[in-house]
Amino acid sequence: MTEKNFSYGFETRSIHAGAAPDPSTGARSTPIYQTTAYVFDDVDHAASLFNLQTFGYIYSRLTNPTVAVLEERVASLEGGRGATGCASGHAAQLLALFPLMQPGDEIVASKKLYGGSITQFSRTFKKFGWNAHFVDPDDPENFRKAITPKTKAVFLEVLANPGGVIVDVEPVAKMAHDAGVPLVVDNTLASPYLCRPIEWGGDIIIHSTTKFLSGHGNAMGGVVVDSGTFDFTKKGKFPSLSEPEPAYHGLTFTETFGDLAYTIHGHAMGLRDLGPTMAPLNAFLTITGIETLGLRMDRHVQNAQKVAEFLEGHPAVSWVSYAGLKSSKYHSLAKKYLPKGPGSVFTFGVKGGYAAGVKVVESVELLSHLANIGDTRSLIIHPASTTHRQLSPEQQTAAGAGPDVVRLSIGLENAEDIMRDLDVALGKTVK
Amino acid sequence: MPLAHHDSYADADIRRILKNVKTIAMVGASPNWNRPSYFAMKYLQHKGFRVIPVNPGAVGQEILGEKVVAGLKDIDVPVDMVDVFRNSEAAGPIADEAIAIGAKVLWMQLGVRNDEAAVRAEAAGLTVIMNRCPKIEYGRLCGELGWHGFNSGVISSKRRKG
Ligand SMILES: Cc1ncc(COP(=O)(O)O)c(C=O)c1O
Repeated sequence: MTEKNFSYGFETRSIHAGAAPDPSTGARSTPIYQTTAYVFDDVDHAASLFNLQTFGYIYSRLTNPTVAVLEERVASLEGGRGATGCASGHAAQLLALFPLMQPGDEIVASKKLYGGSITQFSRTFKKFGWNAHFVDPDDPENFRKAITPKTKAVFLEVLANPGGVIVDVEPVAKMAHDAGVPLVVDNTLASPYLCRPIEWGGDIIIHSTTKFLSGHGNAMGGVVVDSGTFDFTKKGKFPSLSEPEPAYHGLTFTETFGDLAYTIHGHAMGLRDLGPTMAPLNAFLTITGIETLGLRMDRHVQNAQKVAEFLEGHPAVSWVSYAGLKSSKYHSLAKKYLPKGPGSVFTFGVKGGYAAGVKVVESVELLSHLANIGDTRSLIIHPASTTHRQLSPEQQTAAGAGPDVVRLSIGLENAEDIMRDLDVALGKTVK
Repeated sequence: MPLAHHDSYADADIRRILKNVKTIAMVGASPNWNRPSYFAMKYLQHKGFRVIPVNPGAVGQEILGEKVVAGLKDIDVPVDMVDVFRNSEAAGPIADEAIAIGAKVLWMQLGVRNDEAAVRAEAAGLTVIMNRCPKIEYGRLCGELGWHGFNSGVISSKRRKG
């Protein structure tokens, strides 16, 4: 044994991982395989594929060559074993938990999650008999206290939507592992360029690729990455993975596939039976977006830092919650987990409450008033009048979406232009 | 003491083994079509390897067109590689038989590792791979594993051959 493998850098893998020239044409960019199905060589080949005995494509609900490039690329960037692409970030959350949960099982989740995720966990997943318990992540002990023998996963956003919150991942991972359950991390707001939660003990990483990975506000998508290091075989805790599966003639995923089991299950059971497949066109747009991930994230962070500092000094602004500011209580966690910068999504408070918040989002000319994040364009929203309007004022405040809160997703425009636009809009609140 | 040179393997070395090996004796091959060893044997046959099943409990049967033999010494053709589909403890005596029949490679499956056996086999001139699956490694290096979303670790600007 002589030679050694060397590993390529993040920027190189952002462009190349998972992709190779098309075998038949030599096409260098990844083709969009706009097909639903794939021919079998013969009946025996078909049987091998259906039995999971060989590698290959059957039907695009399960696997597709364009989506596969995206899967391998994100798995590589996160430092994982494999990945499952899917239709959206919400689909990724469903697929991530599906192999772990049985009716009556529990998830312990951070309270500081994207609002849509809180609704998905607390209302829709409840209908499957999956019970979510939410805890304040500022004290990691709260996760340990909420774990019971029925807990099958701990879930958190390392950099949380909406407002500049960072969760101390490392101790939480340890608590999850002490309890024999995996830590699932939503890494959407950071992207693997700014933070790689597997390096801090995360076992399963999910993304809404809709945001910074695709990066251009033009493609819905999600992905579930498995580190390949969590042991799912422990004492019958995860029967979907470690006990015979009737839908595949009694095959046991962990026995047959080893550290590939979770990701094979994600395609062969999750996508096959739940069906939230990613469209090949969206995979293509996302692959293309990821090629410039590092460049874009550096600029997102630079612009966000400038805008946050500008707002902190603005007379119409009462507070700014961005972990890149020294005033943030998450500043030291940001240095630890996100040394290249704490992303570009954050909140600030406008003096004058609800009416002033509405005035700002209606007065901007350059920023776009819409419900999304992670676009080249700078985005703005007033949660109390939009995404959180069904909640009571008390609930809104608890969710970090009080009447005065404005959320920004800072884009890649000229920073002076973004600040001028906000300055003009804020000026209208004090007239 | 664990052998550090068996914690990871260079792609180039795995590639060379899979390129040079023609005949594999699979110890622990199962006649049950839904067992992992059957999956691996079927795949390796499809890739052009001759795979001879070794399983004392299934002597006289055929697996995928090949007659099952009781032990490595019952094989009457030269064996390039012995693939161990048994547990780590059983890999010890199998290693000694592999040395005795003059195999060139001793390969232990995913989850199987026996460092003492590896030391003996290496001293006898065999190349040893442990805790890997030849099917997964073949698929990884030829690009097929990536079809299922796995991180192959392979980057190349060359056209892949089928
Ligand atoms: C942190 C986070 N996770 C998940 C989602 C859901 O993603 P999608 O909209 O792609 O379903 C979002 C969307 O805003 C998000 O911000």
